[in-house]
Amino acid sequence: MKKLTVADYPLTETHPDRVRGKRGVALDDITLAAVLAGDVTMADLQITAQALRDQAEIAADAGRRTLALNFARAAELVDVPQDLIMSTYEVLRPGRARGKQELLDRAALLRDTYAAPTIAEFILEAAEIYEKRGLFGFRY
Amino acid sequence: MADTPLPNRWRRFAEWDERPLRLDKFAREDPARGFSAFRSPSDPKPGLGIKSGRIASMDGVLAHDFDLIDAFIARHHLDPVIAAEVMAMDSGDLARMLVDMNVPRTDLVRLARGCTPAKLADVVSRLNALEIAFAYQKMRARKTPGNQGHVTNAKDDPLQLAADAAVAVAYGFDEIETTMRVSRNAWSNAVACAVGAAVGRCGVLFQCSSEEAEELRIGMAGFTSYAETVSVYGTEKSFTDGDDTPWSKAFLAAAYASRGIKMRCTSGAGSELLMGFHEAKTLLYLEARCLCLQRGMGVQGTQNGGIDGAPLTATVPGGVRELMAENLIAVWLDLECASGNDARSSESEIRVGAKILPYLIAGSDLICSGFGTIPAYDNSFNPSLFNAEEMEDYLVLQRDFEADGGLSPLAEHRALDLRRHAVAAISAVLEDLKLAQPTADMQASVVVASGSNQTRSFTPGAVTPISEAIKARGISVLDVIKALAKRGFTAEAENLLAVVKLRVSGDYLQTSAIVRGGRVVSAINDRNDYAGPGSGYRMTEERRLEVNAIRDVLDQTEVLRLEAQFEKAEAGRIAYQAAGVAQPGRARDEVVIGISPAFGVRLFQTTAGHKLSDVLRVMVAGITARGLRARVVRLHHTADTSFLGLSAARLSGSGIGIGLQAKGTAVIHAADRLPHNNLELFSNAPITRLEHYAGLGRNAAAYALGELPEPVVVPTHGEAMGARHHARVALIYAIETGMTVEGAEPQEIELRFLGEKPQERS
Repeated sequence: MKKLTVADYPLTETHPDRVRGKRGVALDDITLAAVLAGDVTMADLQITAQALRDQAEIAADAGRRTLALNFARAAELVDVPQDLIMSTYEVLRPGRARGKQELLDRAALLRDTYAAPTIAEFILEAAEIYEKRGLFGFRY
Repeated sequence: MADTPLPNRWRRFAEWDERPLRLDKFAREDPARGFSAFRSPSDPKPGLGIKSGRIASMDGVLAHDFDLIDAFIARHHLDPVIAAEVMAMDSGDLARMLVDMNVPRTDLVRLARGCTPAKLADVVSRLNALEIAFAYQKMRARKTPGNQGHVTNAKDDPLQLAADAAVAVAYGFDEIETTMRVSRNAWSNAVACAVGAAVGRCGVLFQCSSEEAEELRIGMAGFTSYAETVSVYGTEKSFTDGDDTPWSKAFLAAAYASRGIKMRCTSGAGSELLMGFHEAKTLLYLEARCLCLQRGMGVQGTQNGGIDGAPLTATVPGGVRELMAENLIAVWLDLECASGNDARSSESEIRVGAKILPYLIAGSDLICSGFGTIPAYDNSFNPSLFNAEEMEDYLVLQRDFEADGGLSPLAEHRALDLRRHAVAAISAVLEDLKLAQPTADMQASVVVASGSNQTRSFTPGAVTPISEAIKARGISVLDVIKALAKRGFTAEAENLLAVVKLRVSGDYLQTSAIVRGGRVVSAINDRNDYAGPGSGYRMTEERRLEVNAIRDVLDQTEVLRLEAQFEKAEAGRIAYQAAGVAQPGRARDEVVIGISPAFGVRLFQTTAGHKLSDVLRVMVAGITARGLRARVVRLHHTADTSFLGLSAARLSGSGIGIGLQAKGTAVIHAADRLPHNNLELFSNAPITRLEHYAGLGRNAAAYALGELPEPVVVPTHGEAMGARHHARVALIYAIETGMTVEGAEPQEIELRFLGEKPQERS
């Protein structure tokens, strides 16, 4: 498919059909009446990996390569459970991992179980540098 | 004690000691201890070594010795190809490009991707304050300026939060941010602000600043839409003491985006100094590192410009210019900039006003990254540069400079309506979700309260069970929307739903995104295209009128309306009987009082508020007290004090006359003097008292008797007379001049005083 550009922004206005929540419900179907009828769940109000990849294409077209990469990493995290996200954040903080292996294991888990190769790569990079800077030491 | 001066002290210094400014403390420039804005021998020279496409050294540090920050910047921020080009350019040339309106923003943004932190600092430090502001106007990412406000209170009272959020939204804040006195109250604060912000207008972005994991959970429940608590620091030791690394923060940035939540980082001068690890580097250089880091992390924006370190930064020479310079680096790096003007950096209102001005006229994505919309004592983040107390000052500054500071005046009745509605809405939600039962008294006290000192509502302890229940029961924004709709708050339910729906597309994750009129507006569909006069952001005529509409403005209709209120009462006190054309007098014992065309005809009180009948009565009494006679004439050919006085003097048998305007300006004149060379003048009518007018009458009589009396002096206390009175004075004077008739004859007036009190008629 043709890559999105800044001309496709904002998606809500230019591609309303493309903007759908996690269960595939279109925005136009998320009405107050539907909420009151109990037909809307929080999943319908959640961003999808596709939307983040779309925004990444738009950001790249706007010349914002690093922002696009962040959206690409985010797309990989959409389906990662909240607890795993918080524990991954935790293990990346200084001194939480007591050795490089902990980070390597976390990278493998995210790559293999959650199809998050960019995130995995990012964690591996951190592992290299943490080792070099001695961040696996005791902190508290 | 205070009035016993030290023998060798000029008392001016004692007076200065009492000024609020002296509560501010100032620090000596001391680069070795980190107290330097722009210059330190420890700052590296800009430099970059590239070997076979890889970065071998940066700003004097070999790749092998890179710390966490260097390593992250080298890997994620620097583009080696552009770096080779820009690092070879002269910093002075780059500085000139920043202020050259003919060099497009996009060219400079491209070059920034190759600049090392030292290069960025070297370039912007060459600009003076005005040049920084100008470059900022050109380089900021989104065209339309915006503003962010704090909504908090000292009790974490949800009723007050809802009322204040509704008011903040009505003032025009694009983002509102709350935090708590008690961290467990986060959920209650989030629900209260989300409901309040949905009253009156749709589409403000909202943040509840709390612990990282909690903040993310509150966002996932749909109550909040952005976060800015992700702090970064410019030295490795500060960063790890902050319990993070660039990689952990970058991971968090991706986590927020994966939940559809807008996010910016926070950094600012002075934080490393406060944390004790500054490496003797300058404030600007350390901040340049933070900003390169943020761009490398792929966050869309930054909250930058001192922030919590702003008060400390403002203590060093050039500190305030440094805050501007770091904001410029942020926008040069193409980051959204919530430009500080947050923590109050001075007790001096003059320093506060001066601090905000460059941002107001240059515009900024979010001028304040927290304008206190509530009184300073209710600001749970600490007092902001501007708080509710100074809201009207800010609105007037916008009007003065025709600068869009993102806010609009709010009519008093509208504010009260919004508060009443917001309190009713949050009360309905609390009741419907069985979280609390706010009483009518609680609600009533909050509606009219300026701050939490005046409320009889929830206390922090009473809020905690509400907050914990919201969290424990997993109440989401959908439950709140349902409760609102069920209780008849349909518009608010629709507004809240509309904001939550915006999340699905991710449109507001792009750089500098805000929501205006329910639409996402960002640096993509509202790109700053400044290229000189006539380009970039300009207020529309509609917006200009909105900014102008502050309260209590005067016009001629208003002045005449006020005067008309006095007309009837004055008619019961004094009668001006016309008695033909006034002739030059022959009696040596008369003093002529020349009154102006509108005196007692369309204008009835002086600017000090004295009845014109009283002024004439005491003046006449002052003349007769010396055994002389007062004669009154009305002059029609002039309204000017000097000419009124001189004309009166020329008609006076004694050669002494008094000129008296309706606004109260008075002069004693003599027939043989030039028009503007009078004997005595009361130019400050607004502070002239009746006793002064009596004295003027006595002195006029004294001159007529050939004496040289002590002139009557009206003491001033340095009031800004022009600011207080000139709008009204000019309008009044225009009424006078409008009644003058060229060459018209003076008219003899017979005065009749009709007694002390006006005759009341039912």
